[in-house]
Amino acid sequence: MAHAHKFKIPIGPQHPALKEPASFSVALKGEKIKGVDVRLGYNHRGIEKACEERTYIQDLYLIERICGICSHAHSTCFVQAVEELAGLIVPARALYIRTLVAELERIHSHYLWLGVAGHEIGFDTLLMYTWRDREVVMDILALLTGNRVNYGINTIGGVRRDIDKTQIIDVLAAIDTLEERTKYYIEIGTQETTLIKRLSGVGVLSHEEAVHLGAVGPTGRASAVDRDVRRDDPYAAYDKVSFEVITDTHGDVYGRTLVRLKELMQAYSIIRQILTNLPDTPIAVKAPRTVKAGEAISRYEAPRGEDMHYVKSNGTDKPERVKVRAPTLANMKAVKQMLKDRYLADMPIVIAAIDPCFSCTDRLVSLEYTDKNDDEIIEWGKLRAYSIQWYKQRGVDFSKLNKRFASKVVW
Amino acid sequence: MGEIIRYLKDLFSILIFPGFLFLTAAGFCAEFIDRKLYARLQNRVGPPWFQPFADFVKLVGKETIIPREANQSMFTLMPLVALSATVVTIFYIPLWNMRSLYAFDGDIIVVLYLLTIPTLAFFIGGWYSTSLFARIGSVRSLTQLFSYEVPLFIAVLSSALLADSWSFSQITLFYNRHPWYWLYNLIGFAVAVVALLAKLEKAPFDIPEAETEVVAGSFTEYSGRFFAMLRLTLNIEMVVGAAFLAAVFLPFGYTLGPVLRFGIFMVKIIGIIVILSFSRALFARLRIDQMIIFCWKYMVPLAFMQLLINLYMKGMVR
Repeated sequence: MAHAHKFKIPIGPQHPALKEPASFSVALKGEKIKGVDVRLGYNHRGIEKACEERTYIQDLYLIERICGICSHAHSTCFVQAVEELAGLIVPARALYIRTLVAELERIHSHYLWLGVAGHEIGFDTLLMYTWRDREVVMDILALLTGNRVNYGINTIGGVRRDIDKTQIIDVLAAIDTLEERTKYYIEIGTQETTLIKRLSGVGVLSHEEAVHLGAVGPTGRASAVDRDVRRDDPYAAYDKVSFEVITDTHGDVYGRTLVRLKELMQAYSIIRQILTNLPDTPIAVKAPRTVKAGEAISRYEAPRGEDMHYVKSNGTDKPERVKVRAPTLANMKAVKQMLKDRYLADMPIVIAAIDPCFSCTDRLVSLEYTDKNDDEIIEWGKLRAYSIQWYKQRGVDFSKLNKRFASKVVW
Repeated sequence: MGEIIRYLKDLFSILIFPGFLFLTAAGFCAEFIDRKLYARLQNRVGPPWFQPFADFVKLVGKETIIPREANQSMFTLMPLVALSATVVTIFYIPLWNMRSLYAFDGDIIVVLYLLTIPTLAFFIGGWYSTSLFARIGSVRSLTQLFSYEVPLFIAVLSSALLADSWSFSQITLFYNRHPWYWLYNLIGFAVAVVALLAKLEKAPFDIPEAETEVVAGSFTEYSGRFFAMLRLTLNIEMVVGAAFLAAVFLPFGYTLGPVLRFGIFMVKIIGIIVILSFSRALFARLRIDQMIIFCWKYMVPLAFMQLLINLYMKGMVR
């Protein structure tokens, strides 16, 4: 009868707290969480496979649609890998413009997160305020790229649109407004009692746990994991600007909020530096249709953490393999740790605090949490032998097929 | 003949003014003021004035779904119980007259009791709808009830203590004889406003219906006209609760002309609703454990302080 008082409530796949489908099955005892079962994969769209069937330029637009919020992150990350494969040297102005859009995107993503966090803890006023201010940066993005969400500014070998002097003035004015507002939110975040009460001590992730579970981005940095691809492995124009990597020692949701708010301030400084030092070069070089055979990995510090793309080319105009590892996937493991023995009321904000993007995450990777530690690692050869055996038992024999393929396929 | 006229008069006051019809209209107005102000505070445009009424009509016209697993009678009965309890309460509160409609000795206790019934009805309705979210929500609303009810009772009764009566009309009479005495009850008033926020399940105490956790709490399975009834109950409860606080803690302006008296009563109610909307816009939702700690650690001692002040004042008056 130990389970008599245990509730098992489903948060998702459809639930008001979730903006995207994901399933969290929560075992409750009273108001305390006793166990969480996370299931992802409701948003799998087969983008990686689709990429293999399109040319690099077509892929660019597909990749950009992996995520609605950090679309520039994914497209830049992909483009960098392809450029590396093709051996292209991207003009400096293009790199600066990419950095500019990247930071503007970070601003809009962090504003969005702040609003969502406000909503999750029942503080809708914060949601309304931040999303109102987010419009400023959205308008700027539309001004620069022509789009509010999927900017379509990247192309292989550079960017598609230049920016002119009047646009620079507009961007600087908008940045001033946003900086003013961000200072106000920092003030609220450090002073408003109910807000601090709901955020501090919630979803605690110690430094060791964060390192062990591989937390990335603001989630990791709030646990004093001093990692930022922009500084550690500079891409675009990040080696030309000076900025601080914000870390925090709180290790809870409050720390994550502070990290994001302070990152906003850094973003304003980066944008100002970019706009004053914009070099006068062409914005793109001509890219070949086909890309030399090879493979490349590209890293990018998306607003949510480190984004990673792997591209393998085979000398044609289509990639042989594209692999995307979105930051949310790296952070999902930390969520269970954060939810342990917490209150149900904290669950939405703890999940929201990693700024999850399930549609980014849903690759063909199954992530299943089990309390038992009986997982074993199977090598490729063993797995293959196992599968042949499995089919043989069911009366399917692949040996003929194998002979036919043996000469072509190298495992 | 006189008998019939009296019955008709009673019927009029129960059904039309200041009974059901008036309260419904007042409830819609209260919801509108609350929503509009909340929206303006959040830098939104907010709804037009007829929005609460339009919402009500739309809900009434929608299909009513009763879950198969739910206890039919309890599920359908509870919205009605909650609604009638709130409507009945208004007859025992002195509104713009010093005497309530059906005053009797000890009616202040009855009012406190009647104001508890909607929460209990929400609990039972939510519990018998057998949805997990509804069950957690209803348990939360009951947990909350035990926390805010105590400081509310102490605050209200300490005001009655000063007047030395359990009769609402007597209390109002006392405070009119001593016009500035209500100023002694300001701490109690603050406690009672916070308790009213919790009673109406409004932020920062909207824990039982926190949509990001338990969808709509007790109301999750309700739809159509039953849900409309529940919403109406909450609206009327807002008016009745505000009227109750106004009568206990702001008992002035009863000696003026009838129009002015009514106006002052309305101003008091709107003032309390404005306070409610402001706190809704200014605070984040607390967690249930934080709410309980807040009530027992701060609200109860404050209410007791009010009680001590009034005991001392009573000695001074005699």
